[in-house]
Amino acid sequence: MSTSLSPERAARVPVKRSALAFLTDWIPRLVLAPSVAVSLFFVYGFMIWTFVLSLTNSRMLPSYDFVGFAQYAQLMANDRWWVAATNLVVFGGLFVGICLVLGALLAILLDQRIRQEGSLRTVYLYPMALSFIVTGVVWKWLLNPSLGLQAMVRGWGFEDFTFDWLVDPDMAVYTLVIAAVWQASGFVMALFLAGLRGIDDSIIKAAQLDGASLPRIYARVVMPCLRPVVFSAVMILSHIAIKSFDLVVALTGGGPGYASDLPATFMYTHAFTRAQIGLGSASAMLMLGGVLAILIPYLYSELRSRRHG
Amino acid sequence: MRSLLRFPLRKSLLGLAVGGALASAPVQAGEVEVLHWWTSGGEARAANVLKDLMEAEGHAWKDFAVAGGGGETAMTVLKSRAMSGNPPSAAQIKGPEIQEWGELGLLGNLDDVAKAEDWEGLLPEVVADIMRHDGQYVAVPVNVHRVNWLWANPEVLSEAGVEVPTSLDEMFAIADELRAAGVIPLAHGGQPWQDATVFETVVLAEAGTDFYRRALVELDPEALNSETMVDALTTFKRMRTLMDDGMSGRDWNIATSMVIGGQAAMQLMGDWAKGEFTAAGLTPGEDYVCVPAPGTESAFTFNIDSLAMFKASDDEAQVAQDDLARLVLEPTFQEAFNLAKGSIPARADLDMSDFDSCAQRSMADFQATSESGGLVPSMAHGMAVRASVQGAIFDVVTNFFNDPNMSPEAAAERLANAGSSLL
Repeated sequence: MSTSLSPERAARVPVKRSALAFLTDWIPRLVLAPSVAVSLFFVYGFMIWTFVLSLTNSRMLPSYDFVGFAQYAQLMANDRWWVAATNLVVFGGLFVGICLVLGALLAILLDQRIRQEGSLRTVYLYPMALSFIVTGVVWKWLLNPSLGLQAMVRGWGFEDFTFDWLVDPDMAVYTLVIAAVWQASGFVMALFLAGLRGIDDSIIKAAQLDGASLPRIYARVVMPCLRPVVFSAVMILSHIAIKSFDLVVALTGGGPGYASDLPATFMYTHAFTRAQIGLGSASAMLMLGGVLAILIPYLYSELRSRRHG
Repeated sequence: MRSLLRFPLRKSLLGLAVGGALASAPVQAGEVEVLHWWTSGGEARAANVLKDLMEAEGHAWKDFAVAGGGGETAMTVLKSRAMSGNPPSAAQIKGPEIQEWGELGLLGNLDDVAKAEDWEGLLPEVVADIMRHDGQYVAVPVNVHRVNWLWANPEVLSEAGVEVPTSLDEMFAIADELRAAGVIPLAHGGQPWQDATVFETVVLAEAGTDFYRRALVELDPEALNSETMVDALTTFKRMRTLMDDGMSGRDWNIATSMVIGGQAAMQLMGDWAKGEFTAAGLTPGEDYVCVPAPGTESAFTFNIDSLAMFKASDDEAQVAQDDLARLVLEPTFQEAFNLAKGSIPARADLDMSDFDSCAQRSMADFQATSESGGLVPSMAHGMAVRASVQGAIFDVVTNFFNDPNMSPEAAAERLANAGSSLL
């Protein structure tokens, strides 16, 4: 990067002024360049590397014997992968959906100018301060049939009470939803509360003057105003859902069997503990594909509609 | 101003330190860096024995301990070190994984030490085989764990009026009495490797060592998808009736503490469980009982920790590495290490009088089975098959164990696929 200017430019403007202009032009770029280079390399570079590895027969260490799409074929034939993928759909869908509804509801209730709002808000927001590992361990104890909820209720005398989702292969994935919703809905509430506070009172007053009922005001006036909030909440929640790993490890360990496995845990297990880096990379690429398939259309529609609207 | 003054001082201190290190270097004969995950109390003490021995020989010991369950973290670190061309001198690598590292051409040759120390004569053939890649010794065994143990709380058993079972049938037979006494018959942790530990023990008890070897070591698809396997799987599923509801995801040591505390009567687990009993201040034979897993008296499933040696960079390093390999198998280390870790020495000619009764029994059986052919590698503990195949078998076993709707026939078929379908 030299400081000399092109002759035309130097001739057109006084030297001092142009040096300043040059700096104003280039300083932001110079400052950003390292981080852009680093993310290009470490994010996109590694994505490409992962893709390359997924086409090889890499086992314990990366190798470059290309086998085409054999790893993908093997992945498609793998029961456990399908369990993990289905679980992600179930877990992700329920987690994002329930968090949004619950968060919005809590925010609306808190928004009624009640007393002690500050402390209530803290109570709801607090779980977000915990690590997913802690949440996982706590819920593991709570849901363990011989230690937690079931044992407690049976101890009260309801001998037939059964709540053994944690150890039931068909239900284990829903325990992940319970723990994750408990953790994240308070955060969504905070987002919505901030959004609600940002809405101009006069719109609501106008609606009230027009005789709209309270639920109707929320449905037709407030919620549409909160579109950007919903947008960011969905973005944050879905990325939490897709990268969910620690929660699974702490709460169910992927079990019983591998009934509550998610693609992230599948990828980790195969690439790092089972010496199948090729297969692990293939599953990572499919995860990336899944994320892009959902996010790109969503981003596109949201960003476009906002520009037009 | 202050920093200006301090700078030269700091620099000269640094110079002194570097100079000191350089000056002291020639005194050392060589340096070994050993990657291991012996990080818990007893294990760390055991590893220290080796360090002291090496230092007594004049070598420098660079400890490279990476904590983390089962060594997964350590293996990840090792892979990145190996990829960057800077592997440690030795690493705790075991079983068929030694072959994988050998195939990458990274392991050194220990044949000279092996010949000088007569490893052929010291190690049972099954064990020596695992330590060799391409006919050359590349690793040295540190200890032997027996996996097919049954741990029992005698007080609980006698209160329920039953004996320690010697066959799986007896085990099922006493379950009702134990339940009636308010005790869980068999403590278990529902993690894939624990399910697989019980599974391999059941296969061994039901079908014997020859079948075990054909199915779980050689991965013969006919054996994996046979009537015998279906029977073994059926019995394996029946083991579930001996366990409690809360087992899912439980750690093995929690299960052991249930036996210690008397909530459960027995546990099928390798001899590392002894560490928990010892830590609780209990005496073998009195406060707790260790017997071979029911139906597997004449067999011994082993789980052997070993140190694999990476190619040495120069002669000094080679000398240090050879000394390390020799010391690991020498009686001093074998005794001290295994007393601290609760396992038994890898060589069969040692005086076992300092060891407890469980270890003595284990050693006697190790010798006997290595002669009778009952010595088999543990599939569940990564001694029999490669990690990828092991993982695929784990998937089938744990899924079958937990899925009430999967038939044993379907599981046997999937086992056969798991053994053959990997790249």
